[in-house]
Amino acid sequence: MTRQPKAAALISGGLDSLLAAKVVQEQGVHVEGLNFYTGFCVEGHTHAIRKKDRKKEKRNNALWVAEQLGIKLHIIDIVEEYKDVVLNPKHGYGANLNPCLDCKIFMVGKALEWIKAKEFDFIITGEVMGQRPMSQRKETLPVVAGESGAEDLLLRPLCAKNLPETRAEREGWVEREALYDFSGRSRKPQMALAAKFGFEDYAQPAGGCCFLTDAQYSVKLADLWRARGSRQYEMDDIMLLKVGRHLRPADHFKLIISREEGEGNFLRGYRSRFPHLTTVSHPGPLALIDGEPTASDIELAARLVARYSQGRNADQVVLEFTDREGHQRELKVNPLQPHEIPREWVI
Amino acid sequence: MPVIRVQTAVESLSDGTRVEALCTDPGVLNDIPAWCRVNGHKLIETRSEAGEYIVVVEVDHGSSNEPAG
Ligand code: SF4
Repeated sequence: MTRQPKAAALISGGLDSLLAAKVVQEQGVHVEGLNFYTGFCVEGHTHAIRKKDRKKEKRNNALWVAEQLGIKLHIIDIVEEYKDVVLNPKHGYGANLNPCLDCKIFMVGKALEWIKAKEFDFIITGEVMGQRPMSQRKETLPVVAGESGAEDLLLRPLCAKNLPETRAEREGWVEREALYDFSGRSRKPQMALAAKFGFEDYAQPAGGCCFLTDAQYSVKLADLWRARGSRQYEMDDIMLLKVGRHLRPADHFKLIISREEGEGNFLRGYRSRFPHLTTVSHPGPLALIDGEPTASDIELAARLVARYSQGRNADQVVLEFTDREGHQRELKVNPLQPHEIPREWVI
Repeated sequence: MPVIRVQTAVESLSDGTRVEALCTDPGVLNDIPAWCRVNGHKLIETRSEAGEYIVVVEVDHGSSNEPAG
C-alpha cells in the first residue's frame, strides 16, 4: 500500500485557506493546519474585548476553519522573528504598514521548516493569482515560492492550473485536473466552491488577516516609532495599540484610555507595568500612561481622563494615580474642556 | 496569546494532566475550547471570576500520541 501523502496548509482563518485545504483533503491527502501568530493577528484577541462587540458570535477563525475540516491546527508563535519582517521588509509595505510579500515569504519559509521536521510532503496556501495587489500578483507568486525556499513544494490549489506544475502534481499526490484556475479580484468562484462544499458562515476579512492592513492601527504604530525615535516594538506595545483611545500630549508620554468596561478589564491586566489613573469621585475609564511623565504631565493626564469620565461637566473630579512601583496618590482636577484638547493629540 | 501558552504547556505533559489557564482576555472562553476540540484535548471547565477568565484543560494526546505544536 502506498503511503498517504501529507500536506501542511497555511490557515489564516479566511475562506481561501479553508477552500485550498479542503480541495487537497478531498484528494485523499492528510492535511494539518499551520497558523502563524505574529502579534498583529486579528484572530484570537480583541474581538471579544469590547463589550459592544460581544453580541456577535466570537471565534478564532483559524480554529473554526480547522474544525470545519476536521484537521489539527498548530499555532506557531513567530512574534520575535517577525519583527524583522515588519521593520525591514525587503519588498516594502502595502497601502499601510503591511509588509505582505515579505510576510508571505517568511511564513512559507517557516512552513517549509515545519514540513521538513515533521516529514510532511508539501505546503498548501490559499493564494489566488491577482487577488491582492501586493503579494498575490502573477509576478509575485513565484517570488514567494523562490525566496521562501519552498520552490515546487508549494501548491496553491485555487490557482494551480494557472501556474507551472508542482511536485505534488508530478508525484501524483494530487491530480492537477481536480485543482482550480481562479484569478483576479472576484470572490464569486470562491463563494461558489464554498457552496459546493457546504461551507456557510465563513470569514471574509476585508483588508487582510492582520492589523497592519488597518490604516488607523498603522498610524498608531508609526506614532509609537516616531515618539520613541526608534522603529522597535514589544509585544505589550502592539497589543495595546489594538485597544482604547490613544492620546499623545507630548513625545515622551501618551495615554491609553479605556472606552468601555471590556477594554477597562483588558487594560487592568497591564496595571503593574504602567503608571495609571482611575477616577474616584465619578465612574470613569482606566488610563495607562505609556512613557515617562513629569508631575505636571500627570496633572494634565488626570484632567484628560476626567474629561472622559462621567464627571466631565463637574468642577472637580478626584482621581487616583498609581506609579510603576505601586505608590498611590490622590489628585483633584478640573476636567479639560473639548477645546483644550488639540486634535493632534488624538492618534 | 493564551491559547499558544496552553498549547506549549500541554506539549510536554502526559495524558490526564490538568492545566489551568488564568487570563484577562475573554476571547479565551471561545478559543481554548475550540483549540481542545480541534486537537482532541478535554475541556474540563470555563468560568469567569472578578474580571479574570479561567479555563481548565485535561491533556489527551490521543492514540497517535502526537503532541501539538
Ligand atoms: S495582511 Fe498581515 S498577515 Fe496577511 S500577508 Fe499581509 S502582513 Fe501578512
